[in-house]
Amino acid sequence: MKKNKKPKLAVWKFSSCDGCQLSLLDCEDELLAIAGAVQIANFAEASRAIIKGPYDLSLVEGSITTPHDAERIHSIRRQSKFLVTIGACATAGGIQALRNFKDVKEFTSIVYATPEFISTLNKSTPISDHVHVDFELRGCPIDKYQLIEVLNAFLNKRKPNIPAYSVCVECKRRGIVCRMVAHGQVCLGPVTQAGCNALCPSYDRGCFGCFGPKETPNTTSLADFLSNKGMSNRDIVRIYRGLNAYAKAFRLESEAHE
Amino acid sequence: MNSKSQKNKVLKVDYLARVEGEGGMLVKIKGNQVTDVKFKIFEPPRFFEAFMRGRDYSEAPDITARICGICPVAYQTSSAQAMENILGVRVDGQLRALRRLLYCGEWIESHGLHVYMLHAPDFLGYEDALQIAEKNPAIVKRGLELKKIGNELMKIVGGREVHPINFKVGGFHRTPKEDELKQILPKLKWALEASIETVQWTSTFKFPDFEQDYEFVSLSHPDEYPITEGNLISNKGLNIKVEEFEQHFTEEHVEHANALHCIHNGFGPYYVGPLARYNLNFEKLTTKAKKAAKQAGLGSKCFNPFKSIIVRSVELVYACEEAIRIIESYKRPEEPFLKLEPKAGKGSGCSEAPRGMLYHRYNLAQDGTILDAKIVPPTSQNQKTIERDLLNFVRKNINLSQEKLTWQCEQAIRNYDPCISCATHFLKLEIERE
Repeated sequence: MKKNKKPKLAVWKFSSCDGCQLSLLDCEDELLAIAGAVQIANFAEASRAIIKGPYDLSLVEGSITTPHDAERIHSIRRQSKFLVTIGACATAGGIQALRNFKDVKEFTSIVYATPEFISTLNKSTPISDHVHVDFELRGCPIDKYQLIEVLNAFLNKRKPNIPAYSVCVECKRRGIVCRMVAHGQVCLGPVTQAGCNALCPSYDRGCFGCFGPKETPNTTSLADFLSNKGMSNRDIVRIYRGLNAYAKAFRLESEAHE
Repeated sequence: MNSKSQKNKVLKVDYLARVEGEGGMLVKIKGNQVTDVKFKIFEPPRFFEAFMRGRDYSEAPDITARICGICPVAYQTSSAQAMENILGVRVDGQLRALRRLLYCGEWIESHGLHVYMLHAPDFLGYEDALQIAEKNPAIVKRGLELKKIGNELMKIVGGREVHPINFKVGGFHRTPKEDELKQILPKLKWALEASIETVQWTSTFKFPDFEQDYEFVSLSHPDEYPITEGNLISNKGLNIKVEEFEQHFTEEHVEHANALHCIHNGFGPYYVGPLARYNLNFEKLTTKAKKAAKQAGLGSKCFNPFKSIIVRSVELVYACEEAIRIIESYKRPEEPFLKLEPKAGKGSGCSEAPRGMLYHRYNLAQDGTILDAKIVPPTSQNQKTIERDLLNFVRKNINLSQEKLTWQCEQAIRNYDPCISCATHFLKLEIERE
C-alpha cells in the first residue's frame, strides 16, 4: 500500500444469503468514512463500477458449492494481498453444508425437476479448504463492528482483536443469568465463540451457535450434560448440526450421536 | 440500407450489480429483431427445501431466515404462520402487532436500501450511491439514516437487523417493554417526514415511457395494507385463500436459471412486489401515504415498472406511519408466546416480503418433524415478467446505443428489486462427485 494511494477493497460472493456483505452497507454511520479510507474497487451488491485487481484486501462471503466456484476462488486469491472470509458460509460451509451429511441417494430422490440443467458439488465447503485465508471472521451473520475492526486492523497492518472465548464470558460480563442452569433451556453458549454480545440469552433464549465453535470447545461435555438432562440423541445431533454444522468440532460431536 | 442495423448485436451483463445475489442478463438482437432474452440466475442452488426435511417445526424460522439476508423477517413470518396453521393456533392481538412492527422495520430497511443505494443511481446516471454522495451527500445521508432507523426497529423487536433471533413459532422469545419501543418514536417521526421527501425526490426522476399490461398478484386484507396476511388477489379476477396457492400457480424449471419460473395457471406470467400491492390495495394506504402519492403524480393505478421506485417510497411512508401507530398503542402482552403441541398436518403461510409475496408450505409428522417443505420466493415469481419486460423494452428502444440500452436493461431488472439468493434456494440439482 503506497502512502498516497488508497488501498483497494474488493467484496466477493459465493453461495450465501448476502447478509454478511449487507453488514458492510449496514454500517450506515461509518460507510462514507470507510469509502473515504479505502477505494471500494469491486462490490457488485453496491456498485456497477469495477476496478481491476490486484486488491489490497478481499472480503469473501459464501461457501464453495460448484465446480466453477472452486476455480473462481483461486483467481481471487491470486489477485488479493490479504483475503478475509466473512460469515458462517465462508468459514464453515454455512447452513447449506447440511447437504454434506445427507446420503446422496436420499438427496437425489428429493429432486423433481430437470437435474441436467444444474451443476453442483455434493459438499458445501469453507473457503479455507480451497485457498490460504488470512483471517476468518465468524458469525451468521457477522457482527458489523467486528467487521470494522477487521478492516481497521488490516489497513493498519495489525492483528484483528477478535476474541475466541465463549458466549458464556459475554453473559457473565453482561450479568445475564444462565439460561441453562437457571431456566433449564438448551444453550450452545459454553462451546460457541463470542461476538454477538450474548444476544440470544439477552432475549431469553439459549444460544444456537451462530459464531461456530470457540477455541478448544468441550462439545462432548456439553452433550453429556444435555443427555443426562434427558435430551435425545436426535436432538443433540440437531443442535450441533445448525448454521455451523460442518465446523470440525460441531461436526465430530453430531456424528458421535448419530 | 444501413448495414449496421443488420448486424447481430448482443447485450450482455455477466454479473448484475446492485442486486442481491448472482445473476446476469443476455439479450440477442438480429437486425431489428430481438431473438433471445434471458434473465440468468447462476447463484448456486442451496437446497433449503431438501435439508428442511427431518428438522423440527420450531427450527423453520431460524433456518429459512438464512435464505435471504435482506428479507429474513419475511421468511420467519411465512414459515411460522404455516406452522401455526398446522398446530391450530393463531397469533393475535399485541403479538400479531409486534410481528407487523418487526416487518415494518424490514420494509423500511430494505426499501431504504433499494431506493437510495441500488436503484436511484440508475436514474441519476451514477454507478453507485457513493458517487451520488460525492455530489450530494445530504441525499445519501438521508437514505442511510432511513435505512438505519428500519434496522434499529428490527434490532429492538428482533434482536438484530440481519437474521433476527427473537422470532418464534407461536410468538416471540421475549416481548419488548413499552419503554424500549417508545424510545424510537422520535426517530420514526423523522423517518416519516424523510419518506415523504423521498417520494417527492423520486418523482422528479425521468421515467421511460413503458406501461405494460400486467397481472398483479398480492395479499389483500379487509382492514389493512397487506404485510403479514390476507387472501391472494389479482387485477384479473383471482381471489383465493393462501392454502389454494398451489392449485392456481405452477413452477417450471428452465435451463438458464438455478431457480424456478412461476406462472399463474391459465394466465401466464404475473407481477408481485410493491407495484402489485399498491395497485391492488391503494385504498388501504394511510392518508399521508395517499397524499404523498398524489403529489408525486401517481394515480391509484400505475403500470410503469420504472415508477416502482416512487411506489416503494410511498410504502416507506406507510411503513413509518404504521410502525408509529403500533408503538403508540402497544401494551406488552402477558406471555411472549403461545403454548404449542406438535401434531401432524399440512399448512401454508404467506406474507409480503419487501420485494413481493412469499409462500411457504410444510407437512409435519406427529412429533413435529418436517416431512416436506415448499418455498416460493418473490423473485422466482417475477422472473418471467422480468424477461417479458426486457423483451418489450428492447423492442421499443432498439435504436439506443449498445451501452445505453444495456444500462437501461439492467435498470429494468432492478425495477423488481430482485433477490437472487432467495430465488435459488431450490433443490433441483445434479450431484457431481468431488
